[in-house]
Amino acid sequence: MTASPRLVLDTVCKQFEGPSGVLPVVSDVSLTVGEGEFISIIGPSGCGKTTILNMIAGLQRPTSGTLLVDGRPIAGPGADRGVIFQDYGVFPWLTVKDNIAFGLTLRANRIAKSDREQIANRYIELMGLTGFENAYPKTLSGGMKQRVALARAYAIKSSILLMDEPFGALDAQARSAMQNLLLEVLRSEGKTVVLVTHSVEEALYLSTRIVVVTARPARIRTIVDVPFEHPRHEELHRSQRFGELQYELREVVMREYAMQARLRGEDVRASGSPITHREERRA
Amino acid sequence: MTNDALAQVAVTRETPVRSRPGTVARKVWQLGLHAGLRALPWLIVLLLWYLLPATGLVNSALVPTPWQVLVKFYEQLTTNRLWLDMYMSLQRVTLGLACGIILAVPIGFLLGWYRPARMLFDPLVNFFRSLPPIALIPLVIVYFGIDELAKVVMLFYAAFFSGVIVMYEGIVQTNPLFIRVARTLGATDEEIFRRIIVPLALPHVLTALRVALGVSWATLVASELIAAQRGLGAVIQNASNYFQIDTIYAGIICIGLLALLMDRCLRVIAARLLQWQERIVP
Ligand SMILES: Nc1ncnc2c1ncn2[C@@H]1O[C@H](COP(=O)(O)OP(=O)(O)OP(=O)(O)O)[C@@H](O)[C@H]1O
Ligand SMILES: [Mg+2]
Repeated sequence: MTASPRLVLDTVCKQFEGPSGVLPVVSDVSLTVGEGEFISIIGPSGCGKTTILNMIAGLQRPTSGTLLVDGRPIAGPGADRGVIFQDYGVFPWLTVKDNIAFGLTLRANRIAKSDREQIANRYIELMGLTGFENAYPKTLSGGMKQRVALARAYAIKSSILLMDEPFGALDAQARSAMQNLLLEVLRSEGKTVVLVTHSVEEALYLSTRIVVVTARPARIRTIVDVPFEHPRHEELHRSQRFGELQYELREVVMREYAMQARLRGEDVRASGSPITHREERRA
Repeated sequence: MTNDALAQVAVTRETPVRSRPGTVARKVWQLGLHAGLRALPWLIVLLLWYLLPATGLVNSALVPTPWQVLVKFYEQLTTNRLWLDMYMSLQRVTLGLACGIILAVPIGFLLGWYRPARMLFDPLVNFFRSLPPIALIPLVIVYFGIDELAKVVMLFYAAFFSGVIVMYEGIVQTNPLFIRVARTLGATDEEIFRRIIVPLALPHVLTALRVALGVSWATLVASELIAAQRGLGAVIQNASNYFQIDTIYAGIICIGLLALLMDRCLRVIAARLLQWQERIVP
């Protein structure tokens, strides 16, 4: 292992072919992520954040440009990059516990049954799912499903975490508990994280760098270095510097969101094109 | 901080809902109500059947009463070994259905999974599916004779094509999200097949089985037109030759009840296996 960065995106572009022509979604995104870094991506809805994450996960290929993990081109998905999907993807045919332990039963990360049990139980406890171990997902709330998805991804201890609005369905309290839990997990396991979020506050609290992307097609608008020391605690929210940075960043982000709104007025046709999922299915 | 986070999570921790324990009397009452509601539609049909001749709309000589049919049924059962006919029919349906579904599941799956295969074979499947089994009888006789095999082949045909369609329509709608999740957790192709695709396909297999079961019973009479000595279709055939309308009724009701019974069994099995599914009716 040389000191090659964990993750490199080099002039990555992605476009989709729709019935109404070519839709450029990601445009010239270049980014280098070092070991142990925590990168947040903020940008307006529909700009291409999930697409960027999918490409890093190896679920979609870029139209042009390269993506490297530890210096090697990304060929496909793998257990080294855990993903928390925006729409959870909790397996409906498995109980909460089996969902959480699923990754640990696969050959790629198989461990002894007793260890598996222990890890699953620990996360059930940490995620506040006690009493629901044997429940099927149909009986869970959105926020509970999201916590199952989080636990399932944490359980396999992948060294890179790709998180797509992982706390979106949680109430304010659970959200802050989950943020702190994530910080705790990072502290003990040393992961590299790419997080997509709409919350400037969340990004500031968790990240080492924040990437603000433009309205579709996603380009990097600015990258903000977050100056706060680790370990971070709740009190950080109350510091003056945090408040100032939050205010500045919100300005930048708001401008992009406004731009997106304007774009949407112009190309109703393009955004109205039906999304087909065929492409990834065989990917 | 873990304690801190835990304390906060604890605030939002949900408690599972347990159904209130009802009294025994209440349970019995509910069961009774349930059974009554289930029997109601049958009672209505029986009542209408009784009243129909009285309306003068039909010739009462052509419509036996439920009681007459029941008597006939018992008579057939005791003197004419109707149970053997039921057994034969049941055997043919089960055999044709089993062979049809065993083949329909993998083929339906492949058609659903691989788009080129679907484009290639979809017209063929739909062509053969629409052929009425009765129209095939002469050919079946030519190629398979008039023995047991010929009947089972017809049932197989019906079961296979109805099963294949259900299966592949279901597979086409598989949500790719679950496969992507499994991939990112490190699953191999084989693991994805076994742990994701099989459970996702299971509901469609069961639906295919149920649809094919219905179609098989519907085809049964046609298949037993091929020189069958025994079987419910043969019973109906013979009875119609001698214009024994009450026996025809008894045979038809037998087919309906057996089909209903088998479907019930499948539904119970499906409910067991698919507990996890979200349903409009719990
Ligand atoms: N498979 C696809 N085929 C065609 N178009 C797609 C596909 N996937 C995404 N898109 C389009 O790409 C654009 C970006 O989608 P993406 O999911 O990356 O947005 P996002 O930034 O994650 O949005 P949000 O914040 O709402 O989750 C959207 O306009 C979407 O319609
Ligand atoms: Mg998204």
